[in-house]
Amino acid sequence: MKKIAFGLTTVALSLAAATAQAGEVEVLHWWTSGGEAAAINVLKEEMVDAGHTWKDFAVAGGGGESAMTVLKSRAISGNPPSAAQIKGPTIQEWGDLGFLTNLDDVAEANDWDVILPQVVSNTMKYDGHYVAAPVNVHRVNWMWANPEVFRKSGASIPTTWEQFIVEAKKIKAAGFTPLAHGGQNWQDATLFEAIALAKGTRFYNSAFIGLSDKTLRSQDMIDVFDTFKQMREFVDPGFSGRDWNIATSMVINGDAAMQIMGDWAKGEFTAAGKKAGIDYVCYPAPGTSGSFTFNIDSLAMFKVDGKEKQTAQKDLARLILEPKFQETFNLNKGSIPVRLNMPREKFDTCAHSSMDAFLASSTTGNLVPSMAHGMAVNSMVQGAIFDVVTNFFNDESMTSKEAVDKLARAVKASM
Amino acid sequence: MNTKAANSGSGQTQSGRPARLSLADWMPKIVMAPTVLVTLVCIYGYMIWTAVLSFTGSRMLPSYNFVGFDQYERLFNNDRWMVALSNLGIFGGLFIAICLFLGVTLAIFLDQKIRAEGAIRTIYLYPMAISFIVTGTAWKWLLNPTNGLEKMMIDFGFENFKFDWLINPDMVIYCLVIAAVWQASGFVMALFLAGLRGVDGDLIKAAHLDGASTFTTYRRIILPSLKPVFFSALVVLSHIAIKSFDLVAALTNGGPGYASDLPANFMYTYTFTRSQIGLGSASAMVMLGCVLAILVPYLYSELRGKRHE
Repeated sequence: MKKIAFGLTTVALSLAAATAQAGEVEVLHWWTSGGEAAAINVLKEEMVDAGHTWKDFAVAGGGGESAMTVLKSRAISGNPPSAAQIKGPTIQEWGDLGFLTNLDDVAEANDWDVILPQVVSNTMKYDGHYVAAPVNVHRVNWMWANPEVFRKSGASIPTTWEQFIVEAKKIKAAGFTPLAHGGQNWQDATLFEAIALAKGTRFYNSAFIGLSDKTLRSQDMIDVFDTFKQMREFVDPGFSGRDWNIATSMVINGDAAMQIMGDWAKGEFTAAGKKAGIDYVCYPAPGTSGSFTFNIDSLAMFKVDGKEKQTAQKDLARLILEPKFQETFNLNKGSIPVRLNMPREKFDTCAHSSMDAFLASSTTGNLVPSMAHGMAVNSMVQGAIFDVVTNFFNDESMTSKEAVDKLARAVKASM
Repeated sequence: MNTKAANSGSGQTQSGRPARLSLADWMPKIVMAPTVLVTLVCIYGYMIWTAVLSFTGSRMLPSYNFVGFDQYERLFNNDRWMVALSNLGIFGGLFIAICLFLGVTLAIFLDQKIRAEGAIRTIYLYPMAISFIVTGTAWKWLLNPTNGLEKMMIDFGFENFKFDWLINPDMVIYCLVIAAVWQASGFVMALFLAGLRGVDGDLIKAAHLDGASTFTTYRRIILPSLKPVFFSALVVLSHIAIKSFDLVAALTNGGPGYASDLPANFMYTYTFTRSQIGLGSASAMVMLGCVLAILVPYLYSELRGKRHE
């Protein structure tokens, strides 16, 4: 009897100890596809191991449009989740509205300033304070190619856009689609931004971060539009409105030779049972080998009430940047860890080259935020650029000069 | 009412009767109250809120810094909005006209006491049962130049057949018209068929006795008497046209470029993905204006008609 009582007391005591520090985190995200869900589950398990409760708040829908709508309504009603998948300049917008909490103590205790490249940590900060934790890094300026198609058409992998045009003509003559592309505005912008990046990161930064009117109207920008328009003849007639993964499957099936797309495309190759370096190859987009356009997913932390909830939230932020989560999450997601100098045995060759480029570019200053993926400018400016770029690509009568003028005006109007 | 309540409550005590009566009196009001409240708040309340927001500089979240007509000015200086508006003109006009024409024609044909009328009616009406998302997706495949109609015709041996409206910025709006007409003309047919069946048989017999041909009977007697049906169809169709969102989202997603944007898609994009709530609200108010422009004359004519009766 005594024994039982003792046992019960111990259980009760340990429960009390657990609940004293255990809190609840509610995480809003849109990682709902197979690989993504598996990836976020890792974090969930770690939080549960740390004694907290994880309340999943997943809102399906690719770019997170519906998730953002839900988040806004929750925020207005004064009941935001603990953390939400917000990225890039949107973090600043939420910061401006005063919704985000300060994570400086977590960051300091875990050396975030040291383990993160400065470009990354800057996007995680609002007004000089950490308010979000980065989850992964996608490289956007990738080119995925089917070597079989290149062999059959006697072409070689292009390393500049001039060469791209020469090789693409050969591929087209051989009866293949040179460029697999989906005509959705963000895909047009992804291609456009890769072409712009080939003009150098200084030009890129001035155009898409500085939004300099002079750069936007420059001869270089006209050249970019010229090259961009030429891509039009290398896509097949059915490109309009096609989803990116369908375009990827054209490369997988050998209907098309190349696709310019971020490294989430790798997931499609993997799912189709293809091997990197054998069935498909990955190269930086032409003319951009030394640079790296990043798209970083991050979880921004909202102000929550209650000590337990705040503890849980801080634990969440800490766990996100732990090596273990970074590795498992990114293996599942197809991206690379945000932390520098991580063990890399488990990653494939494309990820290795992505990591090398990430490391190298973070020291040379060639690590730039992706405009097409909302890392460089806010959603309004981004939308204005999208409109011009995608309209130009589809409108056969618009000249590059007109496009440049429209771009500069649209950007100005949206600022 | 009173006697009914008394009868059903015959086993009750005398004192229970007045209370039951007042409850019965109140019942309709109580039953209706939640609906009225929900309608007032969720439709008219939000309408007013949107109107208020359209005069503010709201961006990501609603804020109440009033800026007057700035958002409307920005709206009408926005190239994309002008495209959306003119698209609505083309789409709405063609959609309504073709639907009405096809619907009336089909209804008259079906009215000729043909065999298997039920089956045919179902075939024509069935598209209405499908959501616009499905219609859009199906037509997206059909109109896609690489694997749809164009490919089929080329496979049949018409090497030079070309049908690339879906990717042609000048023609894409007509793709929307095709899909929408396919969906809604059966509904117009059903409306008119019901109307035709309601026309007084004696009237038609009299016309025939007077020597009128079937064509003349329809043109001079039957169709003019279907004016109310015509107006109902018109109001419903113009609603569909103005609020059309899902069809565009599924069929073209506004593309290529933003050549096939309609106001509803514009509103959604700016309000929810581009953090321009003020501008989005302004566009919503313009859409409301379009609806009112159709609805008010309709209601006016309806109500006036009632008074005459």
